[in-house]
Amino acid sequence: MSFDDLVSWLGDGAIPYYLALAKCVFAVLFVMQLVPVLIWAERKGAAYIQDRPGPNRAHIMGIRAGGLVHTLNDVVKLVMKEDIIPGHVEKRYWAAAPVIAMSVALMTWIVVPFGDNFLGYQLKVSDIDGGLLFVLAGTSIGVYGVMLAGWASNNKFSLLGGLRASAQMVSYELSMGLSAVVVFLMAGSVSLSNIAEMQAGAIWNWTVFTPVGLLAFVLFWTAAFAETNRTPFDLPEGEAELVGGYHTEYSSLRFALFFMGEYANMIVAASVTATLFFGGYNVPFVTPDMLREHSDGVLIAAGAAIPLLVVFAVVAWKRRERPFYQALPAGDARLKEPMFFVAVWLGAAGACAALAVAGLLGVSQQLSLNTLTFGWLENATVFGPDLVAAVVGITVLIAKVLFGCWFFIWVRWTVPRFRYDQLMDLGWKRMLPLALANVLAAGIWVALFPNGLLETLGLK
Amino acid sequence: MFEAVFFYLFSLFAIVSGVGVVTMRNPIASALSLVICFFFLAADYALLGAHFVAVIQILVYAGAIMVLFIFVIMLLNLRHGDHLTFNDIGPRGVVGMATAGLFAIGLFTALGQLPETLPAPVGAEYGTIAMIGRALFEGPYLLPFETVSALLTVAVVGAVVLAKKEI
Repeated sequence: MSFDDLVSWLGDGAIPYYLALAKCVFAVLFVMQLVPVLIWAERKGAAYIQDRPGPNRAHIMGIRAGGLVHTLNDVVKLVMKEDIIPGHVEKRYWAAAPVIAMSVALMTWIVVPFGDNFLGYQLKVSDIDGGLLFVLAGTSIGVYGVMLAGWASNNKFSLLGGLRASAQMVSYELSMGLSAVVVFLMAGSVSLSNIAEMQAGAIWNWTVFTPVGLLAFVLFWTAAFAETNRTPFDLPEGEAELVGGYHTEYSSLRFALFFMGEYANMIVAASVTATLFFGGYNVPFVTPDMLREHSDGVLIAAGAAIPLLVVFAVVAWKRRERPFYQALPAGDARLKEPMFFVAVWLGAAGACAALAVAGLLGVSQQLSLNTLTFGWLENATVFGPDLVAAVVGITVLIAKVLFGCWFFIWVRWTVPRFRYDQLMDLGWKRMLPLALANVLAAGIWVALFPNGLLETLGLK
Repeated sequence: MFEAVFFYLFSLFAIVSGVGVVTMRNPIASALSLVICFFFLAADYALLGAHFVAVIQILVYAGAIMVLFIFVIMLLNLRHGDHLTFNDIGPRGVVGMATAGLFAIGLFTALGQLPETLPAPVGAEYGTIAMIGRALFEGPYLLPFETVSALLTVAVVGAVVLAKKEI
């Protein structure tokens, strides 16, 4: 059976539609799968910052996985809870609000690229001409979810929360858009793919390492905190003043949608920031073409992680000697825990070793559908190098996104909340003039150094 | 084929929600159907290749202007029972109907002057941000563009002066 036969069996012109469907599923799954990890990171991070152990009770057959199982418990709890619809709400709008909040958060991610291309296909969900403008439009639509929730709940605290949220999001959108304009000027494009391409290669190609780019990053990141309603801008749900803010009246899965929407928004904000200012999917000093050329070398380099993983396994093995495990009665399920971690780390080390062996055998340079299906699908297009480049790209992007999300968590448990007039002062009187001046400065910068500072000075 | 189906579907939804704006009794419902109308208009723009106009339609109209409208309605906290009623045809009604009549005449005149043959389709580049940017900043529209931005600044300053007693 040849590859073309498979395509015609699927139906004429089927590949683009299948591809579109696969991309949509990927976009949703990418965000949805990161959300539980972030919830766990938030709880554990808060605990470590406040010097306490954090979640460590829920377990599956004695395996507590550092508190990760608590997130699973949360899901079960939120799904099983009674869905209470208070009698005084405007039911239609009240029900629509969490759906808007969540779907907008999932949708805005689609223009972020996670690799340059894969066999000529762009590695992003949708190539909308608007690029980042689409993200800004999406976040401005997200206001409706919060606003409708506040109004339809039909109580004073929720309404106040909704009003605060919408005023705050509309105010900070301006600074956010203007700081993005700086990057547009430097890249000469609003497409996030072009912006990421511009930052390929040396680390000083990243937008953040220019004076205007640095200021734009600080403003954009601050505005992102306000847009996602995270501390120190979490006045819409300030629990000491407003009970729960706009989601006071929600329970069960409707509450879960708001809860997940907040984390999904963090992921979107972090991935857009990573792409605008920190090179997106690019590894510093390594261009995607270099990854393709040396794809076997990349696989061999994965072997460098083996010693580290083995050390982790040894540390996990040593956990048995801790007083906690010594004091457990014989037969306690938690006694299996150290062994579980040893198995996890050794398994990861084994996977790395397999990759390194594959690299040494030079597999990736000749990997095609022919070799993968042992000749069943006759298609000799070699996709190994592209696959390695794509996997490295998405891993790097996820690493940058996770660091950005950790920054959100870090700030939340470190900085107290603003007062409302302080928030408005900061947005309108400080950030907006600064952002406007920065756009002007960026124009001058781009006019002076059209190819970047280093190249104009002859250093590159 | 699909595009034509979607185009007429979205147009139908836009018209239905547009009718909803004037027929809904609840001010919030009315404002929200206007937002939905903007959405389907934006979808039609996108299908016609005008991506920039589509995104700006959502960003500016649905995302900023309508948010302020709804914000005001929520602050006034209008609910069922105290919705606004326009039973009397006062001077406002007369002016409104006259404006609508003028607009209808203009619309039908324009529809009567449609060319017999369809104009040649524009290229894929048409309507992209790069094209619009060149037309605005390099092409013939530079002066009007700058004039409009000055006008908007004047309007903003004027609004602040009128609204604030002490500056």
